Amino acid sequence: MGDPFAMAITHAHASGMGGMRGAGDLVARVQMARGMRIEQAKAYVAEKLKVTVSDLTDPVIMGEVRQDLNLGIMSPQPGCAKGIEAKFNIAQILDININCVNRFERRTTIG
Amino acid sequence: MGNILTRYGDGTVLEMSEEALMEDLQRGSQDAAERGQIDPLTQSELEHLGDIFKCPFRFLSVEPGNEVILTYDAGTLKIRRVGVNVDRIQALQIYEKIMGADTMELNHVDYSYKPVKPIITMEQPILEQALLVTHIPLFYGAQPNLGLYSQPDGPFPNPGELMPMGKIKEAQQSYEASVAHLVADIVSAASAMYASGADGINLDTTGAAGDADFLAALLATEKLKTKYPDMCIQMGMAGEFVLGMHSELTYKGERLAGMYPHQQVKMAEAAGATIFGPVINTNTNESAPWNLARTVTYTKACGEVAKIPIHANMGMGVGGVTVNDHPPMDIVSRSSKAIVEICRLDGL
Repeated sequence: MGDPFAMAITHAHASGMGGMRGAGDLVARVQMARGMRIEQAKAYVAEKLKVTVSDLTDPVIMGEVRQDLNLGIMSPQPGCAKGIEAKFNIAQILDININCVNRFERRTTIG
Repeated sequence: MGNILTRYGDGTVLEMSEEALMEDLQRGSQDAAERGQIDPLTQSELEHLGDIFKCPFRFLSVEPGNEVILTYDAGTLKIRRVGVNVDRIQALQIYEKIMGADTMELNHVDYSYKPVKPIITMEQPILEQALLVTHIPLFYGAQPNLGLYSQPDGPFPNPGELMPMGKIKEAQQSYEASVAHLVADIVSAASAMYASGADGINLDTTGAAGDADFLAALLATEKLKTKYPDMCIQMGMAGEFVLGMHSELTYKGERLAGMYPHQQVKMAEAAGATIFGPVINTNTNESAPWNLARTVTYTKACGEVAKIPIHANMGMGVGGVTVNDHPPMDIVSRSSKAIVEICRLDGL
């Protein structure tokens, strides 16, 4: 309950990782796939992306990293990986299983 | 030091002296410590909370580097609830691209596993399409909501009617029969959504109907993890205290009735949950400092014993957040900062 301005937006600014503006979605994926607690999950993602832990919430640095690695960016550019394409790259770079990526492979000729 | 502007648990404005503020912080923490039989906050933690409330700014945040992951319950429903007429895939994209969400949840407006089960084939294609165009992890979520299994909404005799008649055994039997049906519904719906590619399953507001409701969520989690070992299951609670509506139900030899968050999380771990969401309810008659100190005390004890990630529930009416459809950001941001900084949290 509670309107999105009060809840989702306030928490995102007060203590969130910023989602795709940073590496919030990537740290979340590691937490979900490996059950890692936050410090461990941040360190894991930072190592895989070859950045520092403090870079993970910096939208300027992460914008470039995400664009370079084709992990999906906030303002999609022509030719960049989007949606499921980006998730294929995320699974490979983070070395995790992503359910819908595996499903996509199984249901197409690439599987 | 002048008077401090804060609020009551219902959101109305309250002016407090510094002395009254510190007294409320201490009382709130002590209340949690006595009920949960856990340690109260230390003097330095109480002073940190005091500093947060004394700060005159309308919005506060954690220091850089202390950010945590955000997960959501009733995710897509919150866009419809405010009357924004977009479909659910668009709602997911709004959260992902406009609201800085780290994860998101697809859900149905009738947010319980029982009503979702017969329409699950209508839910699956929505998720399957959403997963093609989004980037952040997507949960599918609903509430266990055991209350839907008793008459007049469900097949079993209503324990609420049986108990006043002294039919305690019959009421307990009704709860036990309901548990089996709820477990089957959760497993059925969650399996279908996982087969469609969901990154995780959210069991939201677990324990709302008491210990039997909590037991069903634990048993369903256990079955799902046996079936899909890689499945991420987030178990968010309904309240700080598991109501003993049945009162004698156990899981792994532990009585569920009366459990507080630091005990609930051990049950969630034993069942195989990936993420646990403790809930501390807001008392509208007490001040925001009292509520937040109480929340932080319970949640800190939970985070300290947890082996799995903890995402504290910080929505309207829980986690020190005021009970109002439009919670003021001065309280929400203070609660967000305080709980992340003092408790060992992995997300909200």
